Amino acid sequence: MITLPMVLTLSGILFAIAIAGIFVNRKNVILLLMCVELMLLAVNFNFIAFSRFLGDLAGQIFVFFILTVAASEAAIGLAILVVLFRERGTIHVEELDTMKG
Amino acid sequence: MFVEVLFWVFAAVLVIAALGVVVARNPVHSALWLVFAFFTSACIWLLLEAEFLAIVLVLVYVGAVMVLFLFVVMMLDIKIELARAQFVRYALVGALVAGIVLGEIYAVVKVRALGLPTFAAPVSHPANYSNTQELAKVLYTDYVFPFELAAVILLVAIVAAIVLTLRRREGIKVQDVGKQVAARAKDRLVMVKMDPEKKS
Repeated sequence: MITLPMVLTLSGILFAIAIAGIFVNRKNVILLLMCVELMLLAVNFNFIAFSRFLGDLAGQIFVFFILTVAASEAAIGLAILVVLFRERGTIHVEELDTMKG
Repeated sequence: MFVEVLFWVFAAVLVIAALGVVVARNPVHSALWLVFAFFTSACIWLLLEAEFLAIVLVLVYVGAVMVLFLFVVMMLDIKIELARAQFVRYALVGALVAGIVLGEIYAVVKVRALGLPTFAAPVSHPANYSNTQELAKVLYTDYVFPFELAAVILLVAIVAAIVLTLRRREGIKVQDVGKQVAARAKDRLVMVKMDPEKKS
């Protein structure tokens, strides 16, 4: 039988991997976005696990809304990246220092 | 017991896929590992009896969002060797922070006062139970206003993505409908009074 601590631990591991990914891939904006998606997935795991173990469907409704917002966030984020690449010819984080004092 | 074994198998695959996202050298490989991670998560959500969301995860994430990611990754030119500068140093810092976060989460999950281990195992629903139907009953009654709001957010996202990437290039021949409608005959046609032939 799946228990609640099992799922919560799995989601914690997933979240920690995503945090490590943000440190490792800090030069590449696309990989940063992917790591954010991974974090959202870990959060969704918590919602679904609690929804299952409390017998309350509200958790699944929240996951539904998180999926909606995450999809629009990915669409707008990638659109910004495309515009950035068109203007600068790079999306390398260290070369995006126009506002640096 | 069988369900538990399935859960552990899927969990192991999911962790491997997440590590693949993080350490893959090529961003295309990262995106494909992420597709794998979403797919495995959908399987675990099925085990947790969230069938509708599992299907939505596959359809929306694997079908739409990850295809968008792959499209952008392949369209943009990314310098892999630049992105990998000082990899080991930052990998150590990242592992340290991730380890601390993981330890904190584990401490919260394992703490006795929260009573997590005492949660009763939920009963499995009968075969004719429809997760989608139950979800819809709640979504269209209690959460109908947030549902409409989610639709508006999606609309705003569509408009924003189009407006951001819309490019007006100079020197191409296109019709400007506004100018066409606003044109008047007197702006176009000039009546000139002149003699039919030159006076000598």
